[in-house]
Amino acid sequence: MTSVLIAALALILMGVAYQQGVSRSRALSGASRLHSRPQYHGAFLALWATVPLLLVLLIWVVTSGMIQDWYIARQLPADILPGTTDYASAASRLRNIASGFGVAGEVAAWETEAGEGLARFMTILRLSIVALGALVGIACLLVMRARLSPRLRARNHVETVIKTVLIFCSVVAILTTIGIVLSLVTETIRFFTYVSPVDFFFGTVWNPGYSTTSNEASGSYGMLPLLVGTIMISAIAMLVALPVGLMSAIWLTQYASPRLRNVIKPVIEVLAGIPTIVYGFFALVTVGPALAGFGEMIGLDINATSALTAGIVMGIMIIPFISSLSDDIIRQVPRAMRDGSLGLGATKSETIRMVIVPAALPGIVGAILLAVSRAIGETMIVVLAAGNAPILRFDPTEPVSTFTVTIVTALTGDADFASPQSLVAFALGLTLFVITLMLNIGALAIVRKYREQYE
Amino acid sequence: MNATSDTSPMGANRIVPSAPASSAGAESRISARDVTVHYGEKQAIFGVSMDVPEKSVTAFIGPSGCGKSTFLRCFNRMNDTIEGCRVGGEITIDGEDIHDPALDVVELRARVGMVFQKPNPFPKSIYDNIAYGPRIHGLVKSKAETDALVESSLKKAGLWKEVSDRLDQPGTGLSGGQQQRLCIARTIATGPEVILMDEPCSALDPIATSIVEDLIHELREQYTIIIVTHSMQQAARVSQKTAFFHLGKLIEYGETEQIFVNPKEKQTEAYITGRIG
Ligand SMILES: Nc1ncnc2c1ncn2[C@@H]1O[C@H](COP(=O)(O)OP(=O)(O)O)[C@@H](O)[C@H]1O
Ligand SMILES: [Mg+2]
Repeated sequence: MTSVLIAALALILMGVAYQQGVSRSRALSGASRLHSRPQYHGAFLALWATVPLLLVLLIWVVTSGMIQDWYIARQLPADILPGTTDYASAASRLRNIASGFGVAGEVAAWETEAGEGLARFMTILRLSIVALGALVGIACLLVMRARLSPRLRARNHVETVIKTVLIFCSVVAILTTIGIVLSLVTETIRFFTYVSPVDFFFGTVWNPGYSTTSNEASGSYGMLPLLVGTIMISAIAMLVALPVGLMSAIWLTQYASPRLRNVIKPVIEVLAGIPTIVYGFFALVTVGPALAGFGEMIGLDINATSALTAGIVMGIMIIPFISSLSDDIIRQVPRAMRDGSLGLGATKSETIRMVIVPAALPGIVGAILLAVSRAIGETMIVVLAAGNAPILRFDPTEPVSTFTVTIVTALTGDADFASPQSLVAFALGLTLFVITLMLNIGALAIVRKYREQYE
Repeated sequence: MNATSDTSPMGANRIVPSAPASSAGAESRISARDVTVHYGEKQAIFGVSMDVPEKSVTAFIGPSGCGKSTFLRCFNRMNDTIEGCRVGGEITIDGEDIHDPALDVVELRARVGMVFQKPNPFPKSIYDNIAYGPRIHGLVKSKAETDALVESSLKKAGLWKEVSDRLDQPGTGLSGGQQQRLCIARTIATGPEVILMDEPCSALDPIATSIVEDLIHELREQYTIIIVTHSMQQAARVSQKTAFFHLGKLIEYGETEQIFVNPKEKQTEAYITGRIG
C-alpha cells in the first residue's frame, strides 16, 4: 500500500520537476543561449526532486527496524529482561500481531493492545516519513528551479549522476562476487576446523558419518572420489561434444550454403536453450535404460544411472556451446588464408585440416576450456543420471558422484547447518569455484591472444 | 640453382615442361574464348577472348572494378570457390579445356599457381609454408627431397639468403615484401607452368615492389606470368603484352609498348593518359 503510494509520489514529483525544468529553461533561452538543452535542465530538476525523496526513504528503511524495537521495548512488561529468549519471542509476538500475521496460543489483552498500538505507531510514522520525503523533494525542486540559468551546466551535472549510477551498479556486482567468495572462504575455514585439509583434498574415501553429536566430524571427507567422478563425466561429455560440435562448426562455416546455415544454426542453438533439468530426465528416462539395454545386448554390464549416461547427455548439452564458439572462431580465420591454400591446389578438406583448423586452434582450445568449465559445474543432469555413488573407481559404466551432486545432498539433508556434514558443501563449492575460475581465466587468455593475431 | 632443381625430378619435370612436341606450333599455351562471368544475376565479364603467350609477362590493366581479378581467377578456376559465381565460355591450357569434367581442379591449380593481392602466408613456419603444396600433391617423398625443393623454391624467389637461417620461424613474422616473395616461392614449389598474380605489389612499399618486379623479370624465363596491376608504370616495366579492360570488356590487347605508345582504342588512350580512373 505505502510502497505504491511512494512510487506514485516519486513518479509524479519526477514528472512535474522534469516538465518545470524544460519549460523554465525554454523561457530562459529567450534571453541568451543555453549551455545545455532544455531536456537536460528537466532531467537536472527531476533528479534534484526525486533523489532527496529517495534518500529520506533510504534513511527510513535503515532505521525503521531500530525505531520499531525501541517502541516494542517500551511496551513490554518490565519483568521480561532484554537479551533473553523470552524477550525475543515476546517481541516477535507483538510484531506478528501488529502485522496481522497472527500468533499461536492465547493472546493476552495487553498484547493485543500493544500490538495494535505498534501498528498504529508505525503507520503514522511511515506516512509522515513519506510526507517528509515529499516535502524535502518539493523544497529541493523549488530551490533548484530558482537557480536555473542559461549558463547552468545541467548536462554535465546529469552526466555525472548517470556515471555515478553506472559505477554504483558495477560496484554492486563486484561486491556481490566478493561477498560470495568471502562467505565461501569463511565457511570453508570453519569446515577445516573439523576436518584437516589434507584429509579433504587427498582422502580417497567419501563417507560422512551422520553422528548424533553434530559437532564431531565422524566419517571421512576425502574429495578424490568426487573429483574423479567429476573429471570422468566431464571427459565423457567432451568426447561426445568435441567431435560433433567441431565438425558441425566446420560444416556450417565451410560447406553449408548461407541459406541452409541460417536454418541450421538457430536449430543447433535451440539445444542450448533447453533447461538442464529436461536433459536430466531425458538421461534418466531414455538414455540410461537404452544404454543398459545396449550393454546387455553386447554382454556388458552398464548401469542405467552411471558416469556414461550423465556424460553422454551432458555432451549433447554442450554441443551447441562448442559448435557456436568454434563457428565464430573459424569464421575469423581470414578468407585469404583459405584462398591461399585452395590456390595451391589443396582440396577443401585439406585446407580445413591443414590451414583453417590449425590457424583457429588456439581459439578452439579456449572454447574447449570454457565448455569443460561448464561441464564441471553442471548439476541437474548428474543429480538425476549419475547415480550418486561417491566411491573411488574408474569404471564409467558404474554410478559415480560429483562435486555438484554432493553439494546438493549435503545442503538438502536435514543435518544441522553448522555441522561438518553441511559445511563440507562450502569446501566443495570453493574447490569447484577455483577449478572453473582457472579454466575460465586460461580460456579467456588464450582466446584474447588469438584475437590479436589477425589484427 | 639449376643443379638443385635438377635433383628434384618432379620439380624439374614440371618447371621445364614444354617438350618440343607438345608445344610445337602453339605459340600461346593459354587461350580464352568468349569467356563470361556472372556473380549471381550480375555479369562481370562480357565475352572476353585472348591468347596468352608462354614464357612472358602479360599485364591486365584497367580501372578498379572492371573485372581484372575476376578474369584472372578464371584461369585456375578460383571463381569456383566463390558463392554464386558462374563462368561461361572456353579456356584451354596446352589445348586442354580446363572446364573438362575429366580434368582435376586440384591438378589444374598445381599447374596454374596464384599469388594474391595481400601476402597471405599460412601461420606456419617458413619451411612448412613452402612444403605445403608439394606435400599435398605428393611431389616430395623424403625429408631430403623436401629440403631441396624448399631451398630451390626460396632461391628462385630470391628469398633464400634472407631466411635460410630461420626456416623454422613463422612466415607471418617476415616483412610485407618478404611475405609476398614467400608466397611466390610457395607457388613455385608446386612446379607450376603458369603463375597468376593479382596486384602482388599493392600492399608493398616501393623498395619491396622493385624487388618483386625484378623477381618477376627473372621468373619470366621459366614461367608464363599473368599479372594484374593498377599501376601503369608497373605494367610498362614488367610486361611484354598488356590487356586493357573496361567495364568487364576487353578493350584492347597487344604489345605493351604499342598499348602505351600508340593505343588503337580511344578508351585505352583515355585511361593511360589518366582520363578514366
Ligand atoms: N565475390 C563477388 N561477389 C559479387 N560481385 C563481385 C565479387 N567479386 C567481384 N565482384 C564484382 O565484379 C566486378 C569486377 O570485380 P573485380 O574483378 O574484383 O575488379 P578489379 O579486380 O578489376 O578491380 C565488380 O563490379 C565487382 O563488384
Ligand atoms: Mg582486383
